[in-house]
Amino acid sequence: MSANTHKAPEAALPSDTRLALYRLLVELRYTEKRAYDLFLQNLVKGTSHLALGQEAVAAGFGYAMQKDDYTFCTYRGHHHTLARGASMTGVLGELMGRECGLLAGKGGSMHLTSVEHGVMGSYAIVGSHLPIAAGAAWSAQYRGTRQAAVAFFGDGTTNIGAFHEAANLAAVWKLPVVFVCENNLYMEYTPIRSVTAVEHPAADRAGAYGLPPIIVDGNDVEAVYRSALEVLARARDGEGPSIVECKTYRHSGHSRADPAKYRPPEELQAWLERDPLPTYRRRLVADGVPAATLEAIEHAAMAQVEQATEVCKASPAPAIATAFTDLWADGGTAWRN
Amino acid sequence: MAELSYRDAVAAAIAQEMERDERVVFLGEDIAGAGGVFKTTVGLLDRFGPRRVRDTPISELAILGAAMGAAMTGLRPIAEIMFSDFLACCWDYVANEIPKMRYMTNGQFTMPLVIRTANGAGSRFGAQHSQSVENWAMAIPGIKVVAPSNPADVKGLLAAAIRDPDPVLFFEHKSLYSMKGEVPDGEHVEPLGTAKVLRRGGDITIVALAAMVPRALQAAEILAAQHRIAATVIDLRSLVPLDTRTLLAETIRTGRLFTVEENPRLCGWGAEISSIVTEECFYDLDQPVVRITTPHIPLPAADALEDAVVPSVQRIVDEVLRAADFRARSAHGL
Repeated sequence: MSANTHKAPEAALPSDTRLALYRLLVELRYTEKRAYDLFLQNLVKGTSHLALGQEAVAAGFGYAMQKDDYTFCTYRGHHHTLARGASMTGVLGELMGRECGLLAGKGGSMHLTSVEHGVMGSYAIVGSHLPIAAGAAWSAQYRGTRQAAVAFFGDGTTNIGAFHEAANLAAVWKLPVVFVCENNLYMEYTPIRSVTAVEHPAADRAGAYGLPPIIVDGNDVEAVYRSALEVLARARDGEGPSIVECKTYRHSGHSRADPAKYRPPEELQAWLERDPLPTYRRRLVADGVPAATLEAIEHAAMAQVEQATEVCKASPAPAIATAFTDLWADGGTAWRN
Repeated sequence: MAELSYRDAVAAAIAQEMERDERVVFLGEDIAGAGGVFKTTVGLLDRFGPRRVRDTPISELAILGAAMGAAMTGLRPIAEIMFSDFLACCWDYVANEIPKMRYMTNGQFTMPLVIRTANGAGSRFGAQHSQSVENWAMAIPGIKVVAPSNPADVKGLLAAAIRDPDPVLFFEHKSLYSMKGEVPDGEHVEPLGTAKVLRRGGDITIVALAAMVPRALQAAEILAAQHRIAATVIDLRSLVPLDTRTLLAETIRTGRLFTVEENPRLCGWGAEISSIVTEECFYDLDQPVVRITTPHIPLPAADALEDAVVPSVQRIVDEVLRAADFRARSAHGL
């Protein structure tokens, strides 16, 4: 499925890598499902944008990235945040507005951030984080650190100006940044093809910035992982940015408010059959991985989710004083003397 | 003391800070090779090289986004937005991203960046290249807002802004670029958030910002010489943080406060000051606060029209005389 000029390596991935990718897929899926359950129990307030069905993009890239690389995500960023190692408790606690949340309740679902894990923010304004990721990559280039920045975004982002400004600047400055489009076929409620002049909203634009079109099966975690290794190496080697379009599908609606009735049932069915999780599980079993090994991974992940849920439920609401901290670097919010 | 123009003080401040801190980098449109469209950054490319002084495409989103990403990861960028009117093209970064990131993430980031921009009227450029938009910025929690009125403050306040750990929007006034003034030799840094009392008089207090400061000073001269009204003139210098201590003390001393604002009337910075003064020293006032502003219209281009609407020295004098019984006092030679 790759239109990339690079030839993907054929050798099988080491088994520990494959199990690690599977573990990530399972952890992201179970945590996201738990987020949905917690909505239904009215324990998650506000909005939330689930990435059920898109976990392979987060797992493939997250596992390929180095510890000090930078992740920039959108409001649909729970999976990317977890994929870099942020705790389930921190993520679910933030969704629930609890003190134990990653941001102590000050950011919410759409702004998950964990600098210690390289998660440099989730951005709720479409496209805003692409220039910011380019800036972080510029900083890495300037400091000579061989870090790379990765910005994840939806197909809808490819029609906003920031996408084009960021891609151009990154290409001109040869910045170590990767722009990863999770093309799930819908910009919010509207099919992306009905509002976009080209078939592949990200890949078909890459040529405008002198970059190769890269299209990856975003439901194949190994394909994503291999592609991530390539583009990250290219970034670190000073060869500049990449645009990667991952074809995927979200199983739920755009946000909590959206039942996604606009999707043809046969389309949904076809994509559910390509669900990245059972697909990969079948492949691992077919390749001889004992089912017991996979079940152990699943049980461990579920136990983690259960434990995180309990911690979050027990965690108090943030102290009101928290609302008056950290506007400024001095820790306070004063605007006058 | 050396005499520098307001324009040259910009480059002097940037050079001073780039010299002492390798983390300071500078980006914007036409700032490197061309030395800035207002010639404010001449010589910086030669001195610090293209790695630190970078021309960008005409991409305001990319300029502020890149500055923000760099600030979050260890650099101290200075971003130029050529005209302050163009801030509207990248307002997402000014209003949504840069000022909120530290707060939203419960302090996980610091955002040490400076946005420099040319603000204000006087060049007859019309409604999209002449606005005073400092009051837009003042409405956003999380960004400091500075607007110097003279070369010494350009150098001192810009240096302080670059050293500040928080984001600063630094409004240079394009009609002041050719102004000359004494600038202290050697390292010069002025604290942010401090207003400056430029002259003291016991009758009235005039508070002004940027290009309105020299006009307020001239008006004060005329009021003293021709009307025997002694004016205190405060150069506000910074809208956020706001030096309310100086403002309230100087208002209480005279009981009569006039604001001179280049921004359009509604929600101009003087409205906030008027509110603060009214709430906190109402019983020390001898008259209502008088706001002298540009009317609530887009700026017209023709010199005759622009001059007619932006507060002038004569209008400041007239408004002061109209405000109280000073006209009568003056007429009676009291």
